[in-house]
Amino acid sequence: MKAIRNFFEKTKPHVQKGAKYHWLHSTHDAVFTLFFVQKNTSKSGTHIHDFIDLKRTMGIVVLALVPALLFGMYNVGYQHFGALGELGTAGLMDMFLFGLLKVLPIIIVSYGVGLGIEFIFAQFRGHEVNEGFLVSGLLIPMVMPVNTPLWMIAIAVAFAVIFGKEVFGGTGMNIWNPALIARAFLFFAYPGQMSGDSVWISASGVDKMVDGFTGATPMALAAAGHTDALNTWHAFVGLIPGSIGETSTIAILIGALVLIVTGIGSWRIMLSTVLGGLFMGILLNIFAGDNTYMALPFYDHLIIGGFAFGAVFMATDPVSGSQTVKGKWIYGFLIGVLAILIRVVNPAYPEGVMLAILLMNTFAPLIDHYVVESNIKRRLKRAKATI
Amino acid sequence: MSEKEALFSKKNLGLLSNPLNSDNPITVQVLGICSALAVTAQLKPAIVMAIAVTAVVAFANVIISLLRNTIPNRIRIIVQLVVIAALVILVDQVLKAFVYDVSKQLSVFVGLIITNCILMGRLEAFALGNKPWPSLLDGIGNGAGYGAILVIIGFFRELLGSGSLFGYKLIPESWYIANGGFYSNNGMMILPPMALITVGVIIWVQRSKNRKLIED
Repeated sequence: MKAIRNFFEKTKPHVQKGAKYHWLHSTHDAVFTLFFVQKNTSKSGTHIHDFIDLKRTMGIVVLALVPALLFGMYNVGYQHFGALGELGTAGLMDMFLFGLLKVLPIIIVSYGVGLGIEFIFAQFRGHEVNEGFLVSGLLIPMVMPVNTPLWMIAIAVAFAVIFGKEVFGGTGMNIWNPALIARAFLFFAYPGQMSGDSVWISASGVDKMVDGFTGATPMALAAAGHTDALNTWHAFVGLIPGSIGETSTIAILIGALVLIVTGIGSWRIMLSTVLGGLFMGILLNIFAGDNTYMALPFYDHLIIGGFAFGAVFMATDPVSGSQTVKGKWIYGFLIGVLAILIRVVNPAYPEGVMLAILLMNTFAPLIDHYVVESNIKRRLKRAKATI
Repeated sequence: MSEKEALFSKKNLGLLSNPLNSDNPITVQVLGICSALAVTAQLKPAIVMAIAVTAVVAFANVIISLLRNTIPNRIRIIVQLVVIAALVILVDQVLKAFVYDVSKQLSVFVGLIITNCILMGRLEAFALGNKPWPSLLDGIGNGAGYGAILVIIGFFRELLGSGSLFGYKLIPESWYIANGGFYSNNGMMILPPMALITVGVIIWVQRSKNRKLIED
């Protein structure tokens, strides 16, 4: 540790303003704060800084993502060997290693492209490098189907970072969740690689699938009316086809626990999203008639598709979500309602969570505005009443 | 304006060249966005549209400029509309006669040239107060400025969205995923939202090059 600190202390004068390597100062700063907390203090007024800066906040979110990611890797292998009909012979490590080799390149491309663009922008604009991408860079691979070509991921990441974030002024200024922008971009630009039955299971080098194999996700099956094919326990554990990180509700719940205990993620948004989803699920159940998808038990909606992942990791993004307490309840509840509504009622979109969150991201500032306004009005009224 | 001014004086040339860059109707005045998004999915209709708008705005400018001293101020808008509408119908008939397929593709957007803000904008802002010759140059300049942006957008949208230019396939068929390759056309480029983002990128690039346009 000492040696690292010495290195940064020694190189610091070279990147000061006017020094030869000044153009590297944001990079220097970024790497330095990765190892050490800045000793900066505020110059005016009374402000108390704790050590939870952006970098450490993001670190905790990454930590919370790890269970879902590890399980996702395992599930990639599980689905692959399942498609081969070799579940009996392949061991746990075989499955995990297969998944690791499939998922790792996606993560590397995501971080490489995203951080590269962030560093370039930071250097050009003379900003400090922000750490927002540490989380986005991991979220993006987790919401992709495992078969997505790497160059598509690179384009999507570049699009998300440039048009989802840098255009608005960088980390903290974006109005939409960058990871969802990346996914939405791929979803609309390359629908053939983002939906359908063949993209969710890595089957490279497989000549013959096991009999009766389809590769469809439970959502696609449910949308086609085969709701009886859904095994609730499998869906809850996560042994179903789907995007890399979204399948396991258990792993996501562990992440949610980490976020809630550390206070990083808003439990209000998570809870209200789930409530919204349940509400809409029950409502659809009541009016189902003989529509089998609408009759899908409301609790099943929470464990299939990206609902849990979206509620825990996407909707709670502090930048693009609502800020006020009341606003968070409204925001989350509407995400849940819209996600299930789009999912069930609109046949063009097999999954509605992504669109629901992006839509509510758009409205989050409006919700906050009216919450604040109503608060001001209420207090003014009270002030008038006492006079 | 002095009577002896040369036909291509510096000022008149400015009328031609300014709309191409620092006074561009789309990227600076932000007019005519609607048609820029609607007709640029392919390059050919974009070029035809550019020519059509240029022709209409140039002739409308000249006609209104000739009439400018006789038009009563209170009914000038309706006079402008009559002139534009007549010219648009002419253009529509010409397109139908000579490039019927493109005319089909452009469909309603030829008729909607009437509502293109650039036309009314130029008539109101320029032709009503200037002589026919500068008005003609102004019309051609603005039409060209509009057309240039349309062509740029159309180029990228057709290249990335359909893998072709002027309908001629540039990406080999064997590259596509369906044929065992790795490539896939970007379906989003065909959709209007991506055209809007392309306009945004053009504005971004232009403003970073042209310091005059940067507001504080």
